[in-house]
Amino acid sequence: MIEDTKADLFRLRRRPLTEKLTDQSFRLLAIILASLVGLILAAILITVLVGSRSAMSAYGLGFLTTSNWNPVTNEYGAFTAIYGTVVTSTLSLLIAVPLGVGTAIFLTENFIPTKGRQIIGMMVELLAAIPSVVLGLWAIFVMEPFLRPLLNSLHDTLGWLPFFSTQPEGPGMAPAILILVVMILPIITAIARDSLLQVPIELRQAAYGIGTTRWGAIFQVILPAGISGITGGVMLALGRAMGETMAVTMIIGNSNNFSLSLLAPGNTIASMLANQFGEADGNQVSSLMYAAFVLMLLTLIINVLAQWIVRRLSLRYT
Amino acid sequence: MDSQARPASNSVNRSLHRKPNLPRNRWNVIFTGLAAFFAATVVLPLVLVLAYVVIKGASMMSLTLLSELPPSPGMTGGGIGNAILGTLIVSLIAALIAIPVGVGGGIYLAEYSKGGAFASFVRFGTNVLSGVPSIICGVFVYGLIVATRIFFDQSYSAMAGGIALSVLMLPTIIKTTDEGLKLVPQELRWGAIGVGASKFITITRITLPTAFKPIATGIVLSIARAAGETAPLIFTALFSPFWPEGLFSPIASMSVLIYNFAIMPYDVQIALAWATSFVLVMMILVMNIFARYVGSLNRI
Amino acid sequence: MNASTTTTHSVPSAEACLSLQDVSISYGYGKNVAVNHVFMEIPKGKVTAFIGPSGCGKSTVLRALNRMNDLIEGCSLKGRVLFDGQDLYDRRVDPVEVRRRIGMVFQKPNPFPKSIYENIAFGARINGYRGDMDELVESSLRKAALWDEAKDKLKESGFSLSGGQQQRLCIARTIAVQPEVILMDEPCSALDPISTLKIEETMHELKKTFTIVIVTHNMQQATRVSDLTGFFNVTSLPDMDGKVGCLEEFGETERIFNSPVQQSTQDYVSGRFG
Repeated sequence: MIEDTKADLFRLRRRPLTEKLTDQSFRLLAIILASLVGLILAAILITVLVGSRSAMSAYGLGFLTTSNWNPVTNEYGAFTAIYGTVVTSTLSLLIAVPLGVGTAIFLTENFIPTKGRQIIGMMVELLAAIPSVVLGLWAIFVMEPFLRPLLNSLHDTLGWLPFFSTQPEGPGMAPAILILVVMILPIITAIARDSLLQVPIELRQAAYGIGTTRWGAIFQVILPAGISGITGGVMLALGRAMGETMAVTMIIGNSNNFSLSLLAPGNTIASMLANQFGEADGNQVSSLMYAAFVLMLLTLIINVLAQWIVRRLSLRYT
Repeated sequence: MDSQARPASNSVNRSLHRKPNLPRNRWNVIFTGLAAFFAATVVLPLVLVLAYVVIKGASMMSLTLLSELPPSPGMTGGGIGNAILGTLIVSLIAALIAIPVGVGGGIYLAEYSKGGAFASFVRFGTNVLSGVPSIICGVFVYGLIVATRIFFDQSYSAMAGGIALSVLMLPTIIKTTDEGLKLVPQELRWGAIGVGASKFITITRITLPTAFKPIATGIVLSIARAAGETAPLIFTALFSPFWPEGLFSPIASMSVLIYNFAIMPYDVQIALAWATSFVLVMMILVMNIFARYVGSLNRI
Repeated sequence: MNASTTTTHSVPSAEACLSLQDVSISYGYGKNVAVNHVFMEIPKGKVTAFIGPSGCGKSTVLRALNRMNDLIEGCSLKGRVLFDGQDLYDRRVDPVEVRRRIGMVFQKPNPFPKSIYENIAFGARINGYRGDMDELVESSLRKAALWDEAKDKLKESGFSLSGGQQQRLCIARTIAVQPEVILMDEPCSALDPISTLKIEETMHELKKTFTIVIVTHNMQQATRVSDLTGFFNVTSLPDMDGKVGCLEEFGETERIFNSPVQQSTQDYVSGRFG
């Protein structure tokens, strides 16, 4: 070839074996590290299943529908905790969705200058960064005492309803629901904001172009177009609320006695685990593992559903 | 409204001036007010929590607090030095495990996978893992490591706590690496491969450095989140009233200290819980600000 | 330079550098055939241009010459591409080594997010260059006609250059690894006329040292820079859905533009279609 002498300066023109081996082993390493995700998931499932085996055979499906939890007589049923998990997460979602989506609309439409929107957006993100245990501390010493008179009057006026039938006495389901609202608001707001921002500008222009009012455009065009992302975010928040542990454990009262009343102390699966796992032994550990399995199954279903909804709905709107 | 719908016969109806009394305009004002109110409600808790943490915690800041061991129940004085150190150690262990695994997995997804079944499985698994409640990570590590006494016959240990936190961080790091690498223009990879770079060189010298900003931001944020986690630690790392005694012994951490002390009937402990909250929140806020700073860096 | 390659009337088969023998390339695991049955001898030390309408497969063929198509999932090649007498698609051939000897310049300027100096040194380093790096950077920049504009800001980012300068940086980067062949995939399509002119001047300089294959949309460019021209066309096959590219005519640039054999070539070069 031309300029042979110069080409000779490139010592690695032919790739040495070491270089090829590095290339191959790096690829292999990446594959192994990627498959660790699946391995960990499997390990989590197996650990929890193996741990709960003896409780499963002892109590069967009755575990899910009975509410005895008695380490002395060795009787376990997780109904109180399952009920608590479902009720706290759903009610907190009912409060948080309008708040979060409303805030997201406020942050994506030009109601206030960009600077102000950025600041609010940043504050929402920082709220998500505050550790759950700090929110729990705040809930015990600030929020709950402040709410007590409010909850008392709720009991006094609506006490005839089973949901408000008990006298508030500090920790309970209601303050737990409110602290959950605080915890899932940032997720809902952030995801709703992102999906609204992704609505094509042409769609807005088309809506305004035919003379719609601002809120007409929001309700009839922008929200429907962003619905897939918002629904996905809501589902993710539901999963998060179900698994949320520390703040709830600190404020829910950790009572295994079943009560319909939201003002009474209760339990969630996560709070029960946090509260009892450290000191449990024997069948109690196994029963807690069983409860953990139920919680895992619940969050798994919710998360898979969330992914499925996002995929299904985004097909319709893009 | 119906008078508007008719062909305009008088000049009033043809006016383009805004009519505030029209139902549609009234609804607009109501909804706008509602949205503003909602936004204020969302921001309010942050302001309140920060205010209380600062009021109750900042006043207690002193060298003693940062450097001494917590007092025994009923005693006064003391500090949270061991918990601060413990949080740093456990987070470091978690980061050392989760960063290589997560970045490696992300590299596989973005650079090697070709959209096959295995890649979809890994992506799906990452999403599922990120949805696993943090308390379950604790239960898992308890069952796998603590109960089996796998490390030198030790049950609760700093190592177990770090591993539990790393499981929590892993999906975030995989996702940010995957997404960060996907932002690198395809042309850049071609450029490197066109001058005879191997895949290994292309990734380590061109694509990874190019995607440094988003990946580093994601990693810092995930460490900040892990540092504040409590649930995976309460029955893996447990707690210790003493200075850390090694990686295979129980260790104190700020988050578990807050949880333990908050439910104690002693005012000294509760005051320490607030002080710890202040230190922890400040640490996490600083890391969040640092992550934003890294994200805004201008690299060549 | 070899004497025989400097004669202006050499037939394409003389001193072949790359030889395509019945090459067909398809995408989507054989579902979509991009180009069919290409026979072609690309001579050493010459500039060969590929022209033709969009979708005729000229870029696909170009990317097959240094196995860049390997990066596209489901892209496969039938036939043989000989380089220096070796089949590039032989099982034992390492595509990375192929690309160290057959370099490529892309359509969009794609400098690395590094300094100008490092952009050039990168390729040389991974090729194990052990000479004087400063000297190599300077000579590469000079050959790419970028030295005067860039010599005072070698430490600055490659992105600080204009689009045309970036493309010349990419050419310098390719020259620096001293390949035997340089492939250029519409190198001027994203550039303004003045930058285009500069790059064409660079190419005149480069063909003294390298074999160049260039894909271009611009027929004036083909006449200005190339010695040989291959005209690719799109045809609809009766037994298949969709359209397939093929090499319609290949010969010396002057002949292709002035007295083509095929009617379709005549139509294309005279601007009647495409």
